[in-house]
Formats: sequence, structure tokens, C-alpha cells
Amino acid sequence: MGMTISQKILAEHAGREFVEPGELINCRLDVVLGNDVTSPVAISEFKKLGVDKVFNQEKIVLVPDHFTPNKDIKSAEQCKIVRDFARGYGIKNYFEIGQMGIEHCLLPEQGLVLPGDLIIGADSHTCTYGALGAFATGVGSTDMAAAMGTGEAWFKVPESIKFIYYGKLPQWVGGKDLILHTIGDIGVDGARYMSMEFTGEVIKGLSIDNRFTMANMAIEAGGKNGIIAADDITLEYVRKRAKRDFKIYHSDEDAKYFAIKEYDVSKLEPVIAFPHLPENTKPVSEAADIIVDQVVIGSCTNGRIEDLKIAASMLKGKKVHPEIRVIILPGTREIYLEALRRGYIETFVEAGAVVSTPTCGPCLGGHMGILAKGEKALSTTNRNFVGRMGHPESEVYLCSPAVAAASAVKGKITPPWEVATGE
Amino acid sequence: MNSPLHIIYVPPSISSQEFIPGWGFLKGGVRVKLCGQVHKFGSDIDTDAIIPARYLNTIDPQELASHCMEDADATFSERVKAGDIIVADKNFGCGSSREHAPIAIKGAGVSCVIARSFARIFYRNSINIGLPIMECEEAIDAINDGDQVEVDLETGKIRNLRTDKEYQAVPFPEFMQGIIAKGGLINYVKAK
Repeated sequence: MGMTISQKILAEHAGREFVEPGELINCRLDVVLGNDVTSPVAISEFKKLGVDKVFNQEKIVLVPDHFTPNKDIKSAEQCKIVRDFARGYGIKNYFEIGQMGIEHCLLPEQGLVLPGDLIIGADSHTCTYGALGAFATGVGSTDMAAAMGTGEAWFKVPESIKFIYYGKLPQWVGGKDLILHTIGDIGVDGARYMSMEFTGEVIKGLSIDNRFTMANMAIEAGGKNGIIAADDITLEYVRKRAKRDFKIYHSDEDAKYFAIKEYDVSKLEPVIAFPHLPENTKPVSEAADIIVDQVVIGSCTNGRIEDLKIAASMLKGKKVHPEIRVIILPGTREIYLEALRRGYIETFVEAGAVVSTPTCGPCLGGHMGILAKGEKALSTTNRNFVGRMGHPESEVYLCSPAVAAASAVKGKITPPWEVATGE
Repeated sequence: MNSPLHIIYVPPSISSQEFIPGWGFLKGGVRVKLCGQVHKFGSDIDTDAIIPARYLNTIDPQELASHCMEDADATFSERVKAGDIIVADKNFGCGSSREHAPIAIKGAGVSCVIARSFARIFYRNSINIGLPIMECEEAIDAINDGDQVEVDLETGKIRNLRTDKEYQAVPFPEFMQGIIAKGGLINYVKAK
């Protein structure tokens, strides 16, 4: 019997010819990731293991990105724990302020995660790297601790759901809309414990940045991982970044799927997820005229150069609505620099938006844009849970960068075509 | 696992921390049944509701516990007593990978979480840190907020003392039982 791409990557890392869904296996890992929130717990647990060194100083990646630049004394202490550990144990891939970025934008950009890799990260959006044809999944701090010591982790081989997207993608509809539409269809636990395999002609034509957005939100459907088999678009992105060999996997023709879902995207509109779950989706035309207090463009979901390009094209020569606060967060230092070179940053600042250094910041209600009681935000981030961006009685609506930027101009949720000029 | 020596109820003074190693036994091999008051929650309780990110600038279990479930029920941390049991509907613990979520629940003295289903990372984290969890469809519909419930962690039997009805939780695979028996992943890895 054939295997899915996820089965194949797990089998390879378990030293096996074949693994089947439901099996519990032990695998060697290519990358182990942690951030400033999850690593301090992991470091404390790691020290209980009674080992005096990590399994591999190059395969552990530590990125303080959640509450950095340190938002308060307690966060500073947490970051110091991570920094001291990185220095003390010779962790090669520790990214300090000035070099860092939002982890899931940074690792692919730095060529640290590659097709065919098996990656765990103590951050739920680790699934982002599936966009490169890797098996990447979020775990907790204790799994990270054990993995830092052993270079291994246990996995239950997941069943897979195959998602096939076909038709012609309408203008203003992208990866964010595809994944929100999918989560709206299957629900926030629709792929619980499972692998989400994104395929079809639409995915084949989708840019790498849009693919990252899709894989990033697999967790919002409960998925263990999201994955897109590597192709020419992947290779173009990866080849200039990779510093080691990698392997490309494809699902077998006779691979077995738990379910196959097909979507004709031809008539899809930009999608909005209403509070307080990512599954509460509606087309933008049904959300129009909802007045928001804040717009956030950025995050590990939509903080890449293509996202900023769309936002800049929408905001060029315009002003943000006077009653709205607009915060833009480039995902990494390199993305920030590229946006600067292309003039996007100037466009944003002239329009009346603020541009922040890379940080997870407002996405999880950490800092850099917290909501007051009763306030509403429209955001390109990934979660709209109760209290996610601030006060428990605030609200978050999720959308694409195009919708966010158009809405920033109008001060209310607005379809992109109402603001875009010259199209 | 040793054969049971005694079957006792958990006195309120014993917090769930005492259960290591293995969920069903106290230190010294005394077998226990949990008995606690139920705090019932709905579907899709996410980790931001269990422990909001604004409190993630610490890893202190007691400090985390003081904000446990705050955005789902602001009075929870004041009302919860050592030994109490959380009963929730589907997809409990969805969202972030923060281990602070099961740490906060454990720190609040909750002895066990019973849900229709758990989100994957929360499930894994709970086993790794030694917070007893159980999946049981039937029990969820039959247990109300405030009920007294008895749980046998060894057999997976859940008894509602109000109705005197018993339910069977989904058993754990043998491999995970091994981690549970060691009191969590770190001890399990050390023993290997």
C-alpha cells in the first residue's frame, strides 16, 4: 500500500520502510525550535534530564520573538534565561534582537528548514514549514526539552486529509482566504490529530508566501501538520538558502486518505473569520461595514514581503481612516529591509500606519497594540479567540492583507476592490 | 504497575502534584481514586482562555494558576479547590502549544480533566507533565456543573455520584501508559 508524503517523511526518520496511521514511532529530528515563551520551561525541564550537552548545537533554533523587544521586566528575565542557555550550551542558531524575526518567517528565510525535514517546535505554528514539503509540527516545552537532549521525539503517525483546490483564483483572493475557507468548512477540530495535505492546480500556481500562510493555519483546524509537496516554486525559494542536502517526497498514487475535500475556488470571495473562532467564516461582502478600531498587518501568517506588497499597493497615496489605528509588522529583519528598499515602509508611514520591528506582539495580546474593552480589530493574524489581542471583551476579525489594508483606508471592513485603484 | 494496596479518596489537602509517579498512585504505591467537584466547560476551550498570553511572562505554576481559565470564567481561580475536576466538551486545549496551560490547571489543584476530545498538543503536554486527562463521550453529557465525580485513573472508570452512573474512558495506548507510569516524559527519557 502507498504512503502519503507525511507517512514517508516520518518513516524515513524512524528508519523504517513503511509506517501506517495510528502507529506510535520514535523519530530522529532535523530541527528543534523554541521561543522566549516556551523555551524557559523547556530549559528548566532539560536540566532535569541530567545530560551536560544538547544533542546537536546546530539543530536547535532559539528565537525570542513573542515579547521582544522585552516588553517588561518579567519578559526580560525569560529572554535572559534563553540567552544564557544559548551561550552556555553553544547553540549556534540563537537569534538576538537585530538579527531575529518572527520564528516562522525567519527559519525558512535562513534556510534552516528544508523539504523532507522532520521538525518540532515549541510553538503551535511550527506547522508553517510544511509549505516547503517538510513535516513540521508544534509541541510543548517538555517535548522540546527531551528533544534537545536526545534529538528524537515520539509521534503517532497521522491519518491525512487531502484538500484539492481547483478553478481560477479570483483577484484579491489568496492563501489566507483559501485556508480560512477550508477551516470554515471543516471546523476548528476538523483535522484534529491529522495531516492536512494541500494539493491541486491552485496550489501549484500559488506563491511560496501564500503557501506559508496556508500551512501556518493547519493548527487552526486542529491539524498536526499542513503540507505541500515541494515543486519548482519551492526549489526556487529553497536553493538559494539551503546550506545542506534535502530530499523531496511525494504522496503515492495509492496512498490512503481519511477524507478528500475538493474546492472550486473560482467564485471564492475574500474571507473574514468572525469572533471568536477561526471557523466562523463569511465572505467579505457579508462583513462589510463592521467598524473596527485597529488593523494589524503582519505575524507568522501574513508578515512576508508579498503580504506587505499587497498592503502597500492598497495604501499607496492614501491615508488610513482617522479613527483607526494601523500597525504593520514585517516578519523579519530581511523582510523589513526589502520593504524599505521597495518603498513600502515610506508608503505605510505616509499613509498614517505605524511600522514595528518584527515581533509576535499584538497577535497574542502580548504588546505593541493591545485592545481595550469593547474594541474591535481586523487582523491578518491567525487566531480570534476570546481575549486573544487584549481585553476579554474585545473582538478580533481575521482576514487577508488585501482586506486589512482596504479596511484601514475606509475605517470599516471593506472589500479590496472598493479601494484598489487602476485595476 | 504494582497491584493496588488501598483504595482511598483524595483528601482535599493533596494536590495533583502528589500523584507522580503514575496517575493512579500516590508516592509509596498507594492506589487512589480521585473524587472532586466538577467545573463544566463547553467546546473548543482554547489555551488563551486557559491561560491568557498576557500572563506568559512567567513560568511559576502558582502565579499561572492564579489566572487559570480566566478568560473562560473569571471566577474560576477563586472557586477551584484542590482535587476538583474539569469536565469539558470537544477539542479542549485547542490553539497555542503553551505548556503553561496544563501547568496552570495542575497548579490550580485540578486533579483531572475529562473531555469529549482534546486538541493534540494539549493532550501531549498533559501526558508529558503528568496532568491526568481522560477522553469519554458518554460522561460529558451526563455530568453537570457542580456534580461530585469519582475517577479511577487505573481503570479509567468515571462515576457520577449524583446519579450513581458509571462511564468508561478511552484507554491510553501502552506506549503512553509507559510515560504516565513514569510521571511524565522527562522521567521516561531518563529511565531509557
